[in-house]
Amino acid sequence: MSKKKMLSAIKTAKPPLSSMPAVPPFPTEQRPASEIFGAQAAQSGSRVLLAADFDGISQAIHFLYPQARCIASPLPQVTSGIELKNCEPSDLQAVDVAVLNGQLGVAENGAVWIAEEDMVHRVLPFITQHLVLLLPQDQIVYNMHEAYQQITIDEGGFGLFVAGPSKTADIEQSLVIGAQAARSLTIFLT
Amino acid sequence: MKAHPIKAAAFLQNEARADWHDESLWFVRAKRDKAAHEIPEWEQLRELASQIKDHTLSRLDDYLEDFERHALENGVQVHWAEDAAAHNRIIQSILKKHRARRVVKSKSMLTEECQLNAYLEQHDIEVVDTDLGERIIQMRGEPPSHIVMPAIHLKKEEVGQLFHEQLRTEKGATDPKYLTEAARQHLRHSFLKADAAITGVNFAIAETGGVVVCTNEGNADMGTHLARVQIHCMGIEKIIPQTKHLGVFTRLLARSATGQPSTIYTSHYHRPRPGAAMHIVIVDNGRSKQLSRPDFRNSLKCIRCGACINTCPIYRRSGGHSYGSTVPGPIGSILTPGLDLKKYSSLPFASTLCGSCSDVCPVKIDIHEQLYRWRQIITREGHLPRTKKWVMKIAGSILSRPGWYEQAGKTARRLLRGLPRILVYAPLNIWGKGRELPPPPRQSFREWYRKNREE
Ligand code: SF4
Repeated sequence: MSKKKMLSAIKTAKPPLSSMPAVPPFPTEQRPASEIFGAQAAQSGSRVLLAADFDGISQAIHFLYPQARCIASPLPQVTSGIELKNCEPSDLQAVDVAVLNGQLGVAENGAVWIAEEDMVHRVLPFITQHLVLLLPQDQIVYNMHEAYQQITIDEGGFGLFVAGPSKTADIEQSLVIGAQAARSLTIFLT
Repeated sequence: MKAHPIKAAAFLQNEARADWHDESLWFVRAKRDKAAHEIPEWEQLRELASQIKDHTLSRLDDYLEDFERHALENGVQVHWAEDAAAHNRIIQSILKKHRARRVVKSKSMLTEECQLNAYLEQHDIEVVDTDLGERIIQMRGEPPSHIVMPAIHLKKEEVGQLFHEQLRTEKGATDPKYLTEAARQHLRHSFLKADAAITGVNFAIAETGGVVVCTNEGNADMGTHLARVQIHCMGIEKIIPQTKHLGVFTRLLARSATGQPSTIYTSHYHRPRPGAAMHIVIVDNGRSKQLSRPDFRNSLKCIRCGACINTCPIYRRSGGHSYGSTVPGPIGSILTPGLDLKKYSSLPFASTLCGSCSDVCPVKIDIHEQLYRWRQIITREGHLPRTKKWVMKIAGSILSRPGWYEQAGKTARRLLRGLPRILVYAPLNIWGKGRELPPPPRQSFREWYRKNREE
C-alpha cells in the first residue's frame, strides 16, 4: 500500500522529463597508470611493493609480519593458519594478516577492487588486523570511469573498493590509522 | 524551537572555541579545494552529476520500480515507508521477525532524521552507533553537529573525559590515537555480539538493484558481514540509474567531503550472504513534497558530502547544533523548512547569501538562491523571526525610496565611526553578532562613483 502511495506521489510531483547526459571518456595522463597508482596509494597510507623484490609472497609476508600468529589466505602459495572454508565469520577475529587477490587497481585514488569470490568471507578484508593484496601490474586503470567499465559490480553478492587502511579523524580532525577495520594495507604488484 | 541567532549567540560566547571551530572547518574546505584542483575535468564532472540527478528526479518513480525489481530478483527484501513513523515500525518488525535484539548501526542521516535509536530503545532493542564520531555523541546523548564529521564540535579533552567515564580509559588521556584504539576495542565487542546491522546508503543503482555505502572506518562492513541481518535505509533520492554513474559520483563525493581521492571503503551490496538476510527500506518522509516544489526540488540532488557546510561562514561560527535540524548548514537550511516552515523559519536567514555553498556543491545545487526564495516565502507568510522583522521593515521602507537610502547610508557611516562597539553589536542588529564590522568607508560607493566620474 505504501509503495503505491509513494510512487503515485512521486509521479505527480516529479518535474518534466530532462534528458540523460552521456558520460564521455576523460583524457588520461601520460605517465604509466601503475606509477600514479603507487604514488596515490602511498598518500592514502597504503604500502606498495613489487613482488619481484621478494623471494615469493609467503617469504615476504613472514618478513613483513614476523610476529603474526594467524595468517589467513585462500591463495595456494600462502600457508593459511585458519581453514577459511570451514569457519564462521566471527572466527576470523583472530586473524592477524589476510592475504587476498585484488582484481583491479585504480590509479587516481589508489583503490583496489576485491571480488567476493576472492574474499572467501566478506568480513575478512575488514576484520583482519592487516590486509595484504596481490595486484597484477597490468590490471591498473587510470580512473573510476574505466574501473566501473571493467568490473561487474553485481557479479558476487558483495564487492569492494579498498583504498587504504581503516582510518578516522573524528577526534579533533587528527588523522588516526586503524579505526574499526584493518590497521594497514600492503599491495604487492605482481 | 529557539531561533538560530539565539543559539548562535550562545555558541559565540566562547570566542576562542568559536575560532577553533571555524579553523577546523576551513582546514577541511582547503583540503577539498586542493583535491578538486587536481582533477582537470572537475567542473565537467559537477555538471554531469547535476544533469544525471536532474534526469533521475524526472523519472524517479520508474527508477525506483526498476531498483525494487532488481533487488527482489537478487533475493533482497524491499520495504516502502511513507514517513519516519513507518520507517521505524518497519525496522522494528524486521528485527522482531529475525529475533534480533542487539543492533550495530553505521552512519545514516536518515535514521537520525527518523529518530530511530530512541524508537528502538523504547522497544527494548540495544543500538550501538559504530562510526567513531557517532559513538562519541551517542555516549554524550547529543545529536550530530555535522553530517560527515558528527563530533566536530568536541575537543579531545572532552572525548578523553567521556571515554574515561564510559570506557575506563586513563584519566586525563587525550591522545586521539589512544582514544581511537580504546573505541576500536569496545566496538569490536559490539560487532561480534550484534544480531543485526543497519547502514545508510550513498547510492542505490536502479539497473542492478544494489546499494553502495562509503566509509573510512570500515564500520558499516564490520557490522553487515558479521550480523545475521543487514538493513539498508535510503531516501527515495539516493537512486542513480546505472553503474557507470557511480564513476561520476564516487569521484566527486570524497574529494568534496574531506579532500580524499576516495573514501577508504566503497562497498557494493547486492545479495545477502548464504544464511543471512538483507533488507532495504525506501523512505519518503517529506521528499516527494519537496520534489513537488519547483523552486526547491533541486535540493534532492544532494549527495550529503558536507562541502557546503564546511565552507559556510555562518555554520563555521555558529556550530551545527545551533540549527536544531538533523542536517545543519546551508543544505539543511533549504531541506528542513520544507518539513516545517514555521518551526524552522529562522534557518534560511542563517546565511550571508555569499554563494560559497553553491560554488563548492558537487551536484551544483543553487543553494543560496533557494535560501533566498525561502526567505521570501517566510516573509510573505509572516513567519519571520521577530528581530529580523524589525530590521527588515526598516530596511524595506528605506530601500524602496532611493533618496532615503542614500541619506540613511550617510547617517549610518557617520554614526558607525563614532559609535561604541556595544551599540553596533546591540541585539537588534543580528548581523553584527559574532562578526567584526569592517570600518565604515568615509565615502559610500555612490559618492565615490559620482566624484570619480566628475573628475
Ligand atoms: S548540498 Fe551539495 S555541497 Fe551541500 S552536502 Fe549536498 S551535495 Fe554536498
